[in-house]
Amino acid sequence: MALFQTSSDNPAAQKSTALAVLSVAFVLVWLFIAAFPFLWTAWGSFKAEGDFFSRADWMNAITGPATTAQTGGAFTLDGYRGAWIEKEFWRAAMNTGIVTLCVTMISLTLGTLGGYALARSGFRYTFWILIAALVFRAMPHVTLVSGYLLPFFQLNIWGYLPTTIIVLVAINQPFTLWMLHSFFLSIPKDLDEAAMVDGCTRFQAFRLAIIPVMWPGVVTTGLFSFLLAYNDFTTTSMLLTETNATMIPKINSFLGSTQEEGKVMYAVAAVVSAIIPLFVLIMFFQRQIVSGLTAGAVKG
Amino acid sequence: MKFKLTTALVACGLAMSTTAALADCGIEGGSVRILSNDFEALHVIADAAKTCANDSVEVTSNATTEHKNIQVPALTTNPASYTVPIVATNSIVPLLNEDLIRPLDAYVEKWGQQLLPQQLIKVDGKVMAIAFMANAQHLFYRKDILEEHGIAVPGTYAELIEASKMLKDKGVMEYPLAANFKPGWNLAAEFVNTYLGTGGDFFKAGSAELDIDNANGMKTLETLKAMTNYMSPDYVTYDTNGVKPIWEANELAFATSWGSRASAYIGDDSPAPEIAKATALAAMPALMDGGVPSAALWWDGFTIAKNISDEDAEASFRAMMKGISPQVIAENQELAVWLVDGYAPTPAADGVVANLQGKARPYPMVPYMGLLHTALGDNVIEYLQGSESAEQALDDITAAYNTAAKEAGFLN
Amino acid sequence: MTHKEFMAFIWPSLLAMALFIAVPIVSVAYQSMFVEHEQIMIETETCGPFGCTPEVAVDQDAMRKVREDSPAGRFNGLDTYTNSSHLATDEITEIVATSENFGEIRDRIMNLPFYKALIFTLSYTFIVTPLVIVFGFIIAVVVNSIPSFLKGPVIFFSLLPMIVTPLVGSLVLFWMIDSRGVVGAFLQYLFADPSLSLKASPTLTWVTLFVYGVWHSAPFAFVVFYAGLQTVPSDTLESSMVDGANRWEQIRFVVMPYLLPLATFVALMQLMDNFRIFEPIIGFSASASATSLSYLIYTDLREAETPLFGSAAATSMLTIIGVIILLLPVLFRNAREFNRKA
Repeated sequence: MALFQTSSDNPAAQKSTALAVLSVAFVLVWLFIAAFPFLWTAWGSFKAEGDFFSRADWMNAITGPATTAQTGGAFTLDGYRGAWIEKEFWRAAMNTGIVTLCVTMISLTLGTLGGYALARSGFRYTFWILIAALVFRAMPHVTLVSGYLLPFFQLNIWGYLPTTIIVLVAINQPFTLWMLHSFFLSIPKDLDEAAMVDGCTRFQAFRLAIIPVMWPGVVTTGLFSFLLAYNDFTTTSMLLTETNATMIPKINSFLGSTQEEGKVMYAVAAVVSAIIPLFVLIMFFQRQIVSGLTAGAVKG
Repeated sequence: MKFKLTTALVACGLAMSTTAALADCGIEGGSVRILSNDFEALHVIADAAKTCANDSVEVTSNATTEHKNIQVPALTTNPASYTVPIVATNSIVPLLNEDLIRPLDAYVEKWGQQLLPQQLIKVDGKVMAIAFMANAQHLFYRKDILEEHGIAVPGTYAELIEASKMLKDKGVMEYPLAANFKPGWNLAAEFVNTYLGTGGDFFKAGSAELDIDNANGMKTLETLKAMTNYMSPDYVTYDTNGVKPIWEANELAFATSWGSRASAYIGDDSPAPEIAKATALAAMPALMDGGVPSAALWWDGFTIAKNISDEDAEASFRAMMKGISPQVIAENQELAVWLVDGYAPTPAADGVVANLQGKARPYPMVPYMGLLHTALGDNVIEYLQGSESAEQALDDITAAYNTAAKEAGFLN
Repeated sequence: MTHKEFMAFIWPSLLAMALFIAVPIVSVAYQSMFVEHEQIMIETETCGPFGCTPEVAVDQDAMRKVREDSPAGRFNGLDTYTNSSHLATDEITEIVATSENFGEIRDRIMNLPFYKALIFTLSYTFIVTPLVIVFGFIIAVVVNSIPSFLKGPVIFFSLLPMIVTPLVGSLVLFWMIDSRGVVGAFLQYLFADPSLSLKASPTLTWVTLFVYGVWHSAPFAFVVFYAGLQTVPSDTLESSMVDGANRWEQIRFVVMPYLLPLATFVALMQLMDNFRIFEPIIGFSASASATSLSYLIYTDLREAETPLFGSAAATSMLTIIGVIILLLPVLFRNAREFNRKA
């Protein structure tokens, strides 16, 4: 539904050209602001440290004199080689893949069941459960994870991927429940009620009548779950070992510490490598995100 | 002939079997689980320790920047999740406080012949840790610039500031000095360094009561402030990683940074080879003529957990003896300033060695030093930025420290 | 739906939240009322590579018994909440009593660590949240009107700031705003001030953090509003056009009221997330100019050699209480609506 119709029999059509120009300019400025930092970083990841972080002239990042001096070419794969091969970033990428996939699947399973129940229950206490979920979300993660350390060591479950997966699922349940509950509210009750009149149990009604139509909202919430797990730093850095680390803590370790040298270009290359899958994800799923949010968040 | 040949063969056979035994350390059994920070020198040690693994001995290591946060919960369990926490002067303190590590005297006597007396960290007469490397902050300077302008290598802060002023007034460099003044751990470390140069102590003898609200504390703050006059206003974001690119961009004549970074500054693979050649290292300046270098000396070493079986403990000690053995160190001289027998200081170690020779003081290993470190990190910056007086800053530090120390049970 | 059916569906979700969030919150609240035992110390000598120095150490044998007797520590009641690192009630009473004017009271209170962090946290929350909603809405309205073949790539690029982890995103920007970086140099050129440095001035650092906050969260608002715009009922819109409404009036009287529930949702999420701001302060090395409540917790737990669990627990509980206070207006509105529906 276009908001700015330019049909000639619309009396306000003359103004729309100026408005159209303004809006195009605005979009371009916004796109520039949004995309520029990453394009700059992506470009710089193929240069030497002296160029990308050049204090002599920031144009060096574009022309690349130090890169040419050091490696003989205007572009270099040193950063990528160092991060992926020398520092075994591919392990971290694999770990991130495992963690985010499992977190998304488990989170959605628990969330759809819970969200459906919250949407259909009609009881007073449903409201309080949702408020409690919000309050849970307010707890800073640093405190939560620091509190997990001792019990996890005592139960001997610290440092394993499944532990981190469960923790991430649990920490993100409040957001998942909220989104899915409001999405299910928009699916007409008649669908599952009709199924139950026909003799299905509640669960069968859910499975046969609701699941086929819930995908748009589920995909959207799944994407947010994916992002939350993919980008998490606090939990994964404290609950995983060096070999188990996911991508974001690994990037952090490339930056070095106070007393020890870091490999900044490895971090830059790793950062770009970490963003690429997200690009691909958004490309494939943008329609679903948008349509899912339509139905899901409207009732929010 | 035959006799000699047989003897020779037998001797050869014996020698080879001994070598074979040495190759896997000869440990009978046990599990060695190392927890350490994540940098090259520690990787080398852990890899050397791993050569002790065989069918009955397993050696694993977790080198993570999170080691300080996980070491206490990890060692509290029984059995502890790690047998060998590798620590530094400050990270051994929580382990001592919580009684999580065991004395090593028996192991040193039995297996520690390769250790030098300086490597034994003794608390209350018992050996609690074995140190293998030292670190400290010291002065980096551009010898070409100093030569060009006839400046002597600064031995005191007064000389350092005067030299910086001269370079700034002459227009050579706008901000010739840099130091790690980022609030938090870095700025606190700088305060500690400078305060140690005054010769004073941080706490009243035998108690956790703070003793820096005096002339020593004022002098420390004033020295830090004087330094900021010759530092770029961005100094509030300067940590070790932030200063190095500025040095390499030929914008600094003086910097104070960690000795462990020196090899990256002067190495052949530096991004700015001409600057690297012109970089020289010196002891940290003293606060007054004839004073000691104003730098805290740090050591890194390993400890053995308490809540583990004696078999694991002994196996761990022996594996670490292999890890820090003189042979391993000899192959990796440039990775750190080693305290091990047979270490010959490389040029990158000049600054730390100069600090040692100047009798710089060690970082205090008292249980409540960490609380002071945090209080300093949070409350010095406002004075440096000019938004409060030195007395107010010292008051804030004292208030923050007292609150933390009361909560931790060190003060009433 | 019966109670039994409800539980059957929701029990895994509730169990996960109970185990990993509810129980820890209770445990943190409990822990915030305790401090460590009084440490019994002995004077000893510590010898190391640099010589021997007389030091003080904790007397382990004596402490063992004390710890066994009460593992949680010494009961401190609510004193941790009122000590000078938190609400500082004693200090504030003294400040109000001894200060000469309101300006001095304000300056001295802002010097207290908790209030310094609170001021920045509240400023960040109340500046960034409305800006995010406004910008998100504007971007959504404009993107909705561009030709459809362009929409795909535009949405794609617009989402970028949101999908990158804050730690990395703020680091990338930190590299760029350095006075020698591309953004820093551009700003120096723009304002014709060669000494302009975003990092050196506290005010500019605050502005940088606010701009980062809006930049990072605007895509979230944009996507939500854009989705909503797809479902604006066309008959209402058309009848308003027939009535002679121009673009602005259409937006003001038809679109905005329709999108109000969405705006509420975004405001809710933003208020909660902005109040817990933390990663940009690390990424921008901004702790000289700006600290937040979550940053205080971080320093208590991770920067300190001996973590101050009680203090961190108290600050965490204060954060939760703060979020609840912020959300009260939105919650009351939702409660009324919810009860009307039920």
